[in-house]
Amino acid sequence: MRTVKITTVLALVAALLVVQARAAEPVKIGFITSLSGPAGIIGKHMKDSVELALDHLGRKVGGLDVEIVYGDDQRKPDVGKQLADEMLKKHRVHFVSGIIWSNVMLAVAPTVTGAGTIMVGTNAGPHELAGKMCHELYFTTSWQNDQTPEAMGKYMQDQGLTDVYAMAPNYAAGKDMISGFKRYFKGKVVGEVYTKLGQQDYQAEITQLRAANPKVVFVFYPGDMGIQFLKQYAQAGLREQIPLYSVYTVDEISIPAVGDAALGNYETRYWSPDLKNDANAKYVGDFKKKFGYTPTFYGAQSYDGILLIDSAVRAVKGDLSNKKGMVAAMRKADFKSTRGRFAYNVNHHPIQNFYLLRSVKPASGEIEMQIQKTVFENHKDAYYQECPMKW
Amino acid sequence: MTDRRRALVTLGALAALAAVPLVAGVVNQPFYLDLFRRIMIFAIAAVSLDIILGYGGMVSLGHAAYLGIGAYAVAIPALHGIHSAWVQWPLAMALSGLAALVIGAISLRTSGVYFIMITLAFAQMLYYIGISIEPWGGDDGMRLAGRSRLGGPLDLGDPHVFYYVVLALLAVLLLVGERVVAARFGTVIRAVKSNEPRLRAIGVAPFRYKLAAFVLAGAVCGLAGALLANQTEYLTPSYMHWTRSGDIIVMVILGGMGTLVGPVLGAAAFLLLENVLSAWTVHWQVILGPLLVLVVLFARGGLWSLLPGGDGRG
Amino acid sequence: MSWLLVVEQLLNGLQLGVMLFLVAAGLTLVFGIMNLVNLAHGSLYMVGAYFAVAFRAWTGSFAAAVVLALLATLVVGMLVEVIALRTLYERDHLDQVLATFGLILFFNEAVAIVWGRAALFASVPPALGGFVELVPGLRYPVYRAVIILVGLAVALLLYVVVSHTRLGMLIRAGASNRTMVAALGVNIRALYTVVFGFGAALAGLGGLMAGPIYTVQPGMGEELLIEVLVVIVIGGIGSIRGALVGAIVVGMVDTLGRAYLKPTLATVISPTAADSAGPALASMLVYILMAAVLYFRPQGLFPAVRGR
Repeated sequence: MRTVKITTVLALVAALLVVQARAAEPVKIGFITSLSGPAGIIGKHMKDSVELALDHLGRKVGGLDVEIVYGDDQRKPDVGKQLADEMLKKHRVHFVSGIIWSNVMLAVAPTVTGAGTIMVGTNAGPHELAGKMCHELYFTTSWQNDQTPEAMGKYMQDQGLTDVYAMAPNYAAGKDMISGFKRYFKGKVVGEVYTKLGQQDYQAEITQLRAANPKVVFVFYPGDMGIQFLKQYAQAGLREQIPLYSVYTVDEISIPAVGDAALGNYETRYWSPDLKNDANAKYVGDFKKKFGYTPTFYGAQSYDGILLIDSAVRAVKGDLSNKKGMVAAMRKADFKSTRGRFAYNVNHHPIQNFYLLRSVKPASGEIEMQIQKTVFENHKDAYYQECPMKW
Repeated sequence: MTDRRRALVTLGALAALAAVPLVAGVVNQPFYLDLFRRIMIFAIAAVSLDIILGYGGMVSLGHAAYLGIGAYAVAIPALHGIHSAWVQWPLAMALSGLAALVIGAISLRTSGVYFIMITLAFAQMLYYIGISIEPWGGDDGMRLAGRSRLGGPLDLGDPHVFYYVVLALLAVLLLVGERVVAARFGTVIRAVKSNEPRLRAIGVAPFRYKLAAFVLAGAVCGLAGALLANQTEYLTPSYMHWTRSGDIIVMVILGGMGTLVGPVLGAAAFLLLENVLSAWTVHWQVILGPLLVLVVLFARGGLWSLLPGGDGRG
Repeated sequence: MSWLLVVEQLLNGLQLGVMLFLVAAGLTLVFGIMNLVNLAHGSLYMVGAYFAVAFRAWTGSFAAAVVLALLATLVVGMLVEVIALRTLYERDHLDQVLATFGLILFFNEAVAIVWGRAALFASVPPALGGFVELVPGLRYPVYRAVIILVGLAVALLLYVVVSHTRLGMLIRAGASNRTMVAALGVNIRALYTVVFGFGAALAGLGGLMAGPIYTVQPGMGEELLIEVLVVIVIGGIGSIRGALVGAIVVGMVDTLGRAYLKPTLATVISPTAADSAGPALASMLVYILMAAVLYFRPQGLFPAVRGR
């Protein structure tokens, strides 16, 4: 009798310990972005979106408690890598996510995947990671850098626009944007100008632009460069004369700073706050309610990233050691994305639509981006064939 | 007296650094190996700057350029299949030294703020050149195709081995630095800082010595760059940006300039503070900024002077 | 048509130069008189821009915002001088560089804490919008023309103040022999605070005028700071005349380089190579210019004569 009692107690204790051990391990996610400095505003958008995603999930990922560690990469690749090392070795995260800049991503992603941990990028889309350097453990919820300008190129080509004057900053992303554009636009380009990275005054270039007499202007000016260029373009009186098409220039971050100078501009993007689907309506509505400003695509991507991770953890029923299972689940992308239908290509980059957006001023008075038409349906990036993965 | 104190502090610092891998093993935190290795690499860069800044009074805002040159001197050969550290690292030092020779020859004709600005100009030029060279990644930078190979059991892929290699290099640097500073060369450099006209009056031509110190500092910093490339396995032209030079200057000042071991302390303090503060708050720069001001105003000799036995001066 | 284009580019260069001069004048004044390297000058430029946006939102009037912002920046400048910089006058330049660098970090975050990290909305006031036809066929934005006029007016004002007023005399005397001026009973401390405040106001003026055409965000002063340092180094530290000449030279070289370097290069090397070599070279041009000037004149073009 006594042995039975002891055995039962021991069994119960053992069972409790096992249950305790399983229930105790939370999901740890490391999120790296730029939180300080001029680009900190983008980091804020991403962080706020991550927090909203966690709220929507009830502060549980895949049914498990979640611990999220934020890191500020200060826009420096070596700091990003150090953060990744710290998250992997010290905090022992199960996922690393985030990253705005391509050069930081190229330093961090191999570190994370090399350590056998899943990386979910939520913005940077360097072509190396879509092509030759694609990896089983690397996923992105954003796009490949070239896709957005490709969409613009296609739209302009379809419209039969010609005499295009193209401008971008003189760095890798700038050159990628113009080459992506030219991959689909086969019309006449009357000027291709690269300006200094971080340049503030574009008066000289605008003067040259006017002299070249283009019919359309296409630019890529992210961040504060965009704000400056848009203002000065409008001040030069060109906004009424020559239509301005751009990528990554007019968005919910730059519009408040530029005001009417951004009115009437065209952009291409895979997403817009007014994209009609349930998940997006919930995201944008709750985001505005909680944080008091309109989210951007940086946020939507980060939101999707958390949902993607949640779907993977749920699929393996919380068994975080089952990496193969999680990878398989992620490939299925079984979650409600803010962009609607979500499907992955072999290189773990999304196959998605791209839309033409225009900045308009509706009756409510605030300028916002609105979708005009679909340019690409289920568009694949240009590098997936270089990726050796097959599944 | 100060020499003995410096020897003690140096030995203490090196011993502490040597103990880090053991401590990290005990608390099962391998991350500390990476963190302190990065600290040591920047310490090498900071010590090299101390030679010209602390001893020679030459404030160079372009010192980070040699970090970049050293890093590229490892990555580009690696890209073409040359992985031997015995080729890459001497190349890094030689190229950096050469660049320092050219930059120094032009810049050292000026002094004071003009010198600061012209070194900044050169750093910016190199940075903009780096951004525009596409085959080497432009500002996207480039991945290191493979870590430098030292041969035999010295595999830099092993975190412990890599750590001790860097520690050994730092120790050698400090030792050689002591000798240089104590020798005639070092005496002349220090004399340049305190009273250059008098030096000229006794018939010593300072320019040659300043240039030699400048080249030496550049070459050593190039080595730090080569190590940094191995540490991050990735490099971008941002390694050469003038703000990086600013960081290294801060490390030297924070630690105590003109002491050789001070910059080691400064590098540790700066990078540890950055690591801790940025995890704590997004607005960490609002703390670091005034902290810097306070150190400059009240602890001129840096951490070195705050250690026991220090007199508050440099 | 082509020569009109060149004239317009020259105007652009002049305007850029004038903007640089406004900020450089304050910096070189402070350096020349108080022997203080003040890296936080760019932060005062930023503060001026932020105050202008805030006051404009508050009062609804651009003119009122300008006046208020200038006053506010003057006050902030004097506060900074009294609180943080007084002890630095006797220190060497390195200490000053470090301490003022710390101030930059502080101001950037302080501004982010108060106004957030997002860029603020600043636009050209409607009264100054539009174009003026300087020459038939050459339309130039009114706002930029106003900037040129303001800058030249400030240059004139500075000249008058420095050469023909008692304050200017004290400034020049203090620059050449500080101890003597103090010995003659002049309150050097008050003089320094006033001069610093004045320099800060000039930087603030540059900032508030730049706001509508550039971006108002944390860190907006740093890119400009480098250019301004280049300007005063080329011009000669301590010399306002040098700052004006240096600023206009830099403005011209930068503008004309951006406009004409690529097409010029394209005649010698292939157009695609010129596409990236041109802008790369253009961005380095100003630094090359500075290095060249310093090589031949290690103290700048108009070094201020100093004696003690």
